[in-house]
Amino acid sequence: MLAPAHEVAIRVRDLVVGFGDATILDQLSLDVFRGEVLGFVGGSGMGKSVLTRTIVGLVPKRGGTIEVFGVDLDKAGAEARRATERRWGILFQQGALFSSLTVRQNVQFPMREYLQVSDRLLEEIAMAKLEMVGLRPDVRDKIPSELSGGMIKRVALARALALDPEIVFLDEPTSGLDPIGAAEFDDLIRTLQRTLGLTVFMVTHDLDSLHTICDRIAVLADRKVIAAGPMATMLASDHPWLKAYFRGKRARGAGLTQERG
Amino acid sequence: MLQLQAPLLKGSVRGEQLELVAAGEWTARRARDLEPLIDQVGRDGRPVRSVVIDMGGVERFDTFGAWLLERLMRAWKAEGCRTELVNLSDTYQVLMEEVRHTNLTSAPAPGRESAFVATLELTGRTMVAAGRDLLRIVQMLGEVSAAVMRVARRPRTLRFTSVIYQLERVGWRAVPIMLLITFLVGSILAQQGLFNFRRFGAEVYVVDLIGILVLRELGVLIVAIMVAGRSGSSYTAELGSMRMREEIDALRTMGLDPTEILVLPRIMALVIAVPLLAFLGSMAAIYGGALVAWAYGGINPDIFLSRLKEAIDLDTFEVGMIKAPFMALIIGVVACVEGYAVQGSAESLGRHTTASVVKSIFLIIVLDGFFAVFFAAVGM
Repeated sequence: MLAPAHEVAIRVRDLVVGFGDATILDQLSLDVFRGEVLGFVGGSGMGKSVLTRTIVGLVPKRGGTIEVFGVDLDKAGAEARRATERRWGILFQQGALFSSLTVRQNVQFPMREYLQVSDRLLEEIAMAKLEMVGLRPDVRDKIPSELSGGMIKRVALARALALDPEIVFLDEPTSGLDPIGAAEFDDLIRTLQRTLGLTVFMVTHDLDSLHTICDRIAVLADRKVIAAGPMATMLASDHPWLKAYFRGKRARGAGLTQERG
Repeated sequence: MLQLQAPLLKGSVRGEQLELVAAGEWTARRARDLEPLIDQVGRDGRPVRSVVIDMGGVERFDTFGAWLLERLMRAWKAEGCRTELVNLSDTYQVLMEEVRHTNLTSAPAPGRESAFVATLELTGRTMVAAGRDLLRIVQMLGEVSAAVMRVARRPRTLRFTSVIYQLERVGWRAVPIMLLITFLVGSILAQQGLFNFRRFGAEVYVVDLIGILVLRELGVLIVAIMVAGRSGSSYTAELGSMRMREEIDALRTMGLDPTEILVLPRIMALVIAVPLLAFLGSMAAIYGGALVAWAYGGINPDIFLSRLKEAIDLDTFEVGMIKAPFMALIIGVVACVEGYAVQGSAESLGRHTTASVVKSIFLIIVLDGFFAVFFAAVGM
């Protein structure tokens, strides 16, 4: 929002990732611009989550570079790395909430670790975050196993946003939610993205989310990003996989093709 | 970007109006410096009717800054002042608007009670929990008995493969460690016996000591405690994580009885394995004792054996062996009860696994005490 247009938040160049004999990502390059919502799609098991996990440093890479806010994470020292890590938040697919902490403690956890602020402020900020993700104040003392799937995603989002990060990684945020819940979650992501000026990197299969909230879409196939651009570009493409994905039966259901007509 | 200014908030009073000028970075990493500023500014006792906050100099602003600003404004409003926000950039207006709707209901203050009441409450809760535990153990025993009856009527429904598999895990694979431990205990017992009996010149009585102690008490007790730690804990962890992942519910919805499929084979395996292990363990302990008695006390194996025949009779052996299946039953039932009681969290799994081992060892020793009284009464 304050940044000039097309400032690159994440720059991935010639990334190679593999396990054993298998190469999952081969010479992959991708830019994520600051302040945009990037939808990342690709077939199941093609390595979408692997890319996310590689960027945040959970999976080792074999080659290539990853820069976040212009910092090359391989060359950065421990201090610079930690500073960068504080600037992103991650929503895992299953929420990954700490099962023995209450909702409130889960959201407070990163703040408690990184910021030396008073208990009162911790308490208030945690409540503010929970309310911003659309949860009622009375969930605060529940433990994760008492929550529904949608609530878990919301709490996990509140935790991802705990330190007011600049980038959020969302791994299939709407999977496992009913259509109404998924639409609400999309709205929520959009609202928070605008309010907080976030850069959102979203792995998703949800054509509705791609359509309604993503500024750009990047497509992973054949171990590379084969296309990146707004929805119109995807629909205009003649690549067989893109055609099948964006113009298949389900896409018609999501009302994507009429728009072109 | 890292050279942003520390957050600032300066106040000046003009008439009955407090004018606050904010500047710098109002973000999470500065929240620590910002909070005291918020709480102190303009609080010098002069009467104030209205507060104007100029946010024009703020370079960065996030939820933390927004909330602290909101808190400042609420504090003044609570004192009956009019508050006004000027020069806040449009991009931050949205965030401010969002934060304005949060924290409207204050959290209920955690009730404080006296230490005395807390102690009483804790004691009460512990007693109730102990009562419930007992009830659940009885209930599980009932369920297992019912399952045994059902299986006895239709033997083909017994999960035979499962029993064999469990038998291998808790019986066969436990043999080396059980032999080793009991062998060592027997040796130590013999060494201590010799050392002390030597003063009275009664070294040969070490054979009586080993024979009676190992066969009546130690063999089965040590094996049972080892099995509780080795297999009871793994039963609890298995059933507990199956419960967490709703696997047990899945079985139930398929019309299958989890007790029959999961609990019964495990408990049957234990009831078969523990007496066998106890027998092997007792033999290993006597063997260890005999070796030490030979090497350290000069009692050669022939003397040891003939002395052993005089010292023990079949009763001594039976007393030990009769206890083994009951102890196995306790280990199995407690482990399964605790496994079923696991709730959703990882911590709960750990807690119940610990509880399983602690409770079964405690109950094994209590049971051993009851058997001692019983055998004394029937003259064995």
